[in-house]
Amino acid sequence: MAETGSNRAPETGAFFQRDRQWHPPALTPNYKSSVLRSPQKALLSFDNTLSELTGPVFGHAMLGDLDNDLIHNFASPGESAIGERIIVHGRVLDERGKAVPGVLLEFWQANAGGRYRHRKDGYLAPLDPNFGGCGRTITGEDGGYAFRTVRPGPYPWPNGPNDWRPAHIHFSVFGHGFAQRLITQMYFEGDPLIRRCPIVGGISNKEAVEALIAALDMQSTIPMDALAYKFDIVLRGRRSTLFENRPEGN
Amino acid sequence: MTQSLDRLKESPSQTAGPYVHIGLTPNFCGIGGVYASDLGSAMVNGETKGERIELRIRVLDGTGTPLRDALVEIWQADAEGLYNSPAEMCGAADPNFQGWGRQPTDMETGVCLFRTIKPGRVPFRDGRPMAPHITLWIVARGINIGLNTRLYFSDEEKANAEDPILARIEHRLRLPTLIAERRGNTYVFDIHLQGEKETVFFDS
Repeated sequence: MAETGSNRAPETGAFFQRDRQWHPPALTPNYKSSVLRSPQKALLSFDNTLSELTGPVFGHAMLGDLDNDLIHNFASPGESAIGERIIVHGRVLDERGKAVPGVLLEFWQANAGGRYRHRKDGYLAPLDPNFGGCGRTITGEDGGYAFRTVRPGPYPWPNGPNDWRPAHIHFSVFGHGFAQRLITQMYFEGDPLIRRCPIVGGISNKEAVEALIAALDMQSTIPMDALAYKFDIVLRGRRSTLFENRPEGN
Repeated sequence: MTQSLDRLKESPSQTAGPYVHIGLTPNFCGIGGVYASDLGSAMVNGETKGERIELRIRVLDGTGTPLRDALVEIWQADAEGLYNSPAEMCGAADPNFQGWGRQPTDMETGVCLFRTIKPGRVPFRDGRPMAPHITLWIVARGINIGLNTRLYFSDEEKANAEDPILARIEHRLRLPTLIAERRGNTYVFDIHLQGEKETVFFDS
């Protein structure tokens, strides 16, 4: 569509099969909420049809000026959110290493004290009147994105008697096909709570865990203003259709 | 040793958690003023072509309790069976219908409602028409990776009987888990995460 500003022909090949050994399985008993919410029967596998290959497009026109600035998008005029000011940036790529341009990224997080602006969060850390906790952006032609926020605090949660979530930012990502739809979480380099977390612990592969830990990126900091973390996101790749038989011809 | 295939691995999924509303439906959970409206909350306008329908969806856990903190997204073709997407090669979709919607389940009742249109038939890979259907994606606290499935329509018996995806379901007893029941202009669809009535979820 014209809104993505690209002249490339859209790709229509099927997506690479999801590696379900790499993702956390549905049932991870140490994360208690998964016990009654995990399907137990085998998934029905089939090659993508148009219903999975297609997906919605979101145009830059829908974005407000402060959508990618969580420090200010909920703050009163002239005020800003409290906390360690950071920039989070990176690229959305697919498994072939290709940039995924023009896709919507949404993110949400707790405030600097580890408290969410949500009626179901009763943690004793205070709300910040100038922090809402949500933001969004759309990737550029190179798959790149950036937003500004405060570093979220870790917080205790009712799972085990004393479980704490590492500091994290939730990411929701669209691709070019609905089969690429993904939600994940970004963690911060050096956080000792990562390896103690039952939700992270659902991922069995150490490299897969590392793929969710953003690195401190001193070259992208703004001196005297904000630290920076780099977080790349990888979506399912897709097969080439160059030699594929199609009933309607290539 | 061989050359490297030089591929990356998909970012591992992590649960959307109990506060998914903050990010995806902030107005619904009381965070006003950041976005004018919640994305995907309105799917049709006065110009949209097609039969107006309502989907009444619940997501139930292994005890049969409705999830009150889930989020459901739907993706569907327009009334002519065309997707509003660059990868749609069969023609131009209805410009008044994006085909994508997003709703949280109600925090008290667990029901989520979509007001949309009934989709047309979309061709399968070999050109045969699939039965009208809507693609669903479900996330929530306790769901480690988003669940994919489809909603088919109870008043499309003939089309359902020849649908190539439904035909793939080995245990025919499970087929009704994908079929929403029509009541007036409303289709009622319960998604069971576990148990005897566990919905057929997809890996595609």
